[in-house]
Amino acid sequence: MKISGKTWKFGDNIDTDVIIPARYLNTIDPKELASHCMEDADPAFANNVGQGDIIVGGANFGCGSSREHAPIAIKAAGVSCVVAEYFARIFYRNSFNMGLPIMECPDAAREADTGDTLSVDLATGVIVNETKGKTYQAGAVPPFMQELIDAGGLMAYTVKNAAG
Amino acid sequence: MGMTITEKIFAAHSGLEKVEPGELITCDVDIALGNDITAPLAIKAFEQAGADQVFDKERVALVPDHFAPNKDIASATQAKIMRRFAKDKGIRNYFEVGRMGIEHALLPEKGLTLPGDIIIGADSHTCTYGALGAFSTGIGSTDLAATMITGKIWFKTPETMKFVFNGRKKNRWITGKDLILYTIGKIGVSGALYRAMEFTGPMIDDATMDDRFALANMAVEAGAKNGIMKADDKTIRFIKSQESQPTREWTIYESDDDARYHSVHEYDGDDIELQVAFPHLPENTRPVGEAKDIRLDQVVVGSCTNGRYADLEVVAGLLKGNKVADGLRMIIIPATQLIYKQAMKNGLLDIFIDAGAAVSTPTCGPCLGGHMGILAEGEKCLATTNRNFVGRMGHPGSEVYLASPAVAAASAVTGVITDPEDVAGE
Repeated sequence: MKISGKTWKFGDNIDTDVIIPARYLNTIDPKELASHCMEDADPAFANNVGQGDIIVGGANFGCGSSREHAPIAIKAAGVSCVVAEYFARIFYRNSFNMGLPIMECPDAAREADTGDTLSVDLATGVIVNETKGKTYQAGAVPPFMQELIDAGGLMAYTVKNAAG
Repeated sequence: MGMTITEKIFAAHSGLEKVEPGELITCDVDIALGNDITAPLAIKAFEQAGADQVFDKERVALVPDHFAPNKDIASATQAKIMRRFAKDKGIRNYFEVGRMGIEHALLPEKGLTLPGDIIIGADSHTCTYGALGAFSTGIGSTDLAATMITGKIWFKTPETMKFVFNGRKKNRWITGKDLILYTIGKIGVSGALYRAMEFTGPMIDDATMDDRFALANMAVEAGAKNGIMKADDKTIRFIKSQESQPTREWTIYESDDDARYHSVHEYDGDDIELQVAFPHLPENTRPVGEAKDIRLDQVVVGSCTNGRYADLEVVAGLLKGNKVADGLRMIIIPATQLIYKQAMKNGLLDIFIDAGAAVSTPTCGPCLGGHMGILAEGEKCLATTNRNFVGRMGHPGSEVYLASPAVAAASAVTGVITDPEDVAGE
């Protein structure tokens, strides 16, 4: 699957309180959560982000709380993929479980700027910064995580295995 | 090659003789935990999967502690989803407001978390139970849903980082909170990413259980999968002295002498001062002496990190005969009803109220900017909680400083960040 979109660049240690502040966690409605996505880092983000856009973060993206509301908010905001230098553990796991594509690629993450057009090939891990004319190779998705994606996320995988 | 505590617990729960770092395994889970924020999403996933019953009614724990007592209609609706699910599925370990506490302080009181267990929770501070020699870690709501159905979860076996705390604490005020803040200051907020942190050494042997809980609780703030320490006589005495006694057997695991570690970090008690983590990351630690004179608007004592009885006791010792400074609000939140009652019985609540502090029923409330002490723009708060991210406790333009209960109490008396020795000496 290939994704192409406009970059929104954020810094290091973007925590889940920034992705979706706890004051909005009194709902599980994806649209409502999306309307506050990244609010404490960029209050205009939720209004300005376009369908298919890509978030680029620095080191340790998604650190902090275990709230799955974070990948839900990002996905429901229309974001097609998150590229970062590396991800915090629970966010990484939650994103696969929710079916939000994420890629670890330090060089691509560091060199991208807001407004750049990125294209991401999830199968091969090749990331192209079309604006800057540079190509990068992201780390491969571990085979087990690939199985989860192929099954359609963790719940589908669980149901399939329980039935089998 | 030997195994670490974490590897031994993984092997025992996956039916394997031996596991190695990097190995993907599927484990049996002893306790699966959710709260009023994370459980509703898990329940939705549980129902969408067409599941009917939880894998074991005794092994699922649900605690309304974050926005409870309900702060608004929307959070009341979330809490209702969890309450109804608990009733429908016959879940025994649902703890209602009035009988609940902050989950990570409550579950050990209830005898639900034991040495050698695998405990997963849809709350990142689930790593707290490592203080009891259990493997415990935070996961998301979908993982919780899958575990509630199957009783199992998959993990990649982590490498272990060993932290040896040599010597003794430098002064009487040093606590587990200072040890973990010092450690996070050394290795950074992703210094233990994906790994297990194993805490050992004379200072851990000497530490109280309340200190050990605070220490394990913040392993996640270094990015770790879990924090763990060997259960000892103190651990067993703690378990046996709790209100509710375990109904399961437990197993104590010890790392082998030839266990393989990712790295070994040796710290000396002489180097560990009282710590204050500056905004906006837990790794921004400095000795309290370098934080003096920062004027505060609010002090919060509580949370799954530092709302235990020993925490309240040290605060009472410093507040006794003193008043909360003019222009400052102090909020004290005992972590469980039992701790609350003990504090009342022993006169701690009188001291708090006489000093001019607000005392609340158990809730996570202010720690995550939920309710019961939200900050306005430009306000500064010193808290015994675990995170000081941008907007964590309210307005994105507010600031949170993290420290121990002793520093919190001393600072509440003077109105600026203060070394407890300066107040105790008066």
